[in-house]
Amino acid sequence: MRRVVVTGLGLATPLGVGHSLNWERLIAGKSGIRAITGFDVSDLASKVAGQVPRGSGEGDFNPDSFVSPKDQRKMDDFIVYAVAAAHEAIKDSGWVPQTDEEREMTGVMIGSGIGGLPGIADGAITLHEKGARRLSPFFIPASLINLASGHVSIQHGFKGPNHAVVTACSTGAHAIGDAARLIMWEDADVMVAGGTEGAVSRLGVAGFAAMRALSTSFNDTPERASRPYDKDRDGFVIGEGAGVVVLEELEHAKRRGATIYAEVVGYGLSGDAYHISAPAEDGNGGFRAMRGALKRAGLSPDDIDYINAHGTSTPLGDEIELGAVKRLFGSAMDNLAMSSTKSAIGHLLGAAGAVEAVYSIKSINHGIVPPTLNLENPSESCQGVNLVPKVAQERKVRAALSNSFGFGGTNASLVFKAFA
Amino acid sequence: MSDIAERVKKIVVDHLGVEESKVVEAASFIDDLGADSLDTVELVMAFEEEFGVEIPDDAAEKILSVKDAIDFIKANGPAA
Repeated sequence: MRRVVVTGLGLATPLGVGHSLNWERLIAGKSGIRAITGFDVSDLASKVAGQVPRGSGEGDFNPDSFVSPKDQRKMDDFIVYAVAAAHEAIKDSGWVPQTDEEREMTGVMIGSGIGGLPGIADGAITLHEKGARRLSPFFIPASLINLASGHVSIQHGFKGPNHAVVTACSTGAHAIGDAARLIMWEDADVMVAGGTEGAVSRLGVAGFAAMRALSTSFNDTPERASRPYDKDRDGFVIGEGAGVVVLEELEHAKRRGATIYAEVVGYGLSGDAYHISAPAEDGNGGFRAMRGALKRAGLSPDDIDYINAHGTSTPLGDEIELGAVKRLFGSAMDNLAMSSTKSAIGHLLGAAGAVEAVYSIKSINHGIVPPTLNLENPSESCQGVNLVPKVAQERKVRAALSNSFGFGGTNASLVFKAFA
Repeated sequence: MSDIAERVKKIVVDHLGVEESKVVEAASFIDDLGADSLDTVELVMAFEEEFGVEIPDDAAEKILSVKDAIDFIKANGPAA
């Protein structure tokens, strides 16, 4: 099989725009979770979220920098975030195809869990109140999940595979794993891959709140709301943003002298076949995804120095993931660090796996593992596990594993390895 | 009457994101102002909202330029 490496990184998250800035803020223990702004939350049980900061300050997101105001009307937020993160990742990689053949061997696979929920909500209101003739012709293309990939493909002239993943909160991880396989199978030499989400809206928050999935006890102290593995955790905090990586066939990257951040060595997938939203209690789905990723990587548990947990801060999910990790890693647990960066940015749903993949890669590059914020009183099952409470730790990371689990019982694990 | 022309031009500038100077009466939405077929549908909707008129699909298909829009509204719009 052809080898696949990461040569570009791009992020737009609640910690800001840009992968370097994100990393600085993440390892400094900063939180991007705030009281929700932009819509009425008076009747919503959860009033906190990780929203991408907008404005003109350092790291603030300004959509005009990426998409003309005219074209913003044709895109829901999740597409604009994807365009922004892809812009950074592609620029970071330095890859500009010059020939038709190069363009045809460069593809895009950016997924989303939900897509244009805010636009769908608005469209339904327009239809109901004003009638069918008042619905914008851009309503459908602004909401469709694969239009994130579509816009990136059009903007950059990439004519290779144009694909999109939809696997709820596993989307970002699946997109990176599947895109890497397209390169291995020579469907492409370069893939722009990742996940995006822009569902922090009244309908989105109300929907997850109806499932009793969201944190509701920390509405007055937003930065404390996302607290994976802590005894007081009471649900996830919804987030938005995008993570995008440029994946490239190893020899292709070497030939053009690209900066290689890491190698994608492992990818495992599984299904729970259990419940629409609850993880199987024995954690077998997550266990098999991780085991599959290690097997593909040809690595043993001892070779992993950092696990970026799915760790959403739900009472049940965190416990089950931890159990599965312990069973798979056994005595190797003594020497590895595991943290949930959702403690700082919330749960970015379809973008989570891609953003966390970038954080995992940066942990390898910098020899620092990011903290689990708000981990004040770990659950009993956490005993003896280094969950990197509150403060980042310096440690050599040879290889990192990133977990993503989604509604529908869909699981994905990625393994990245330092490129020597 | 010129009020209608000004209002039409303003809508075209806002929706297509083009320079005001390019929005002359003879300008074709697609050939001169960079619109695509979806943009023209949205433009017609904007004219309907602004002038409180209904533009049936068969009439909308014939509104291809700034002048076409102004003429239609002058002929079918509420008394200006």
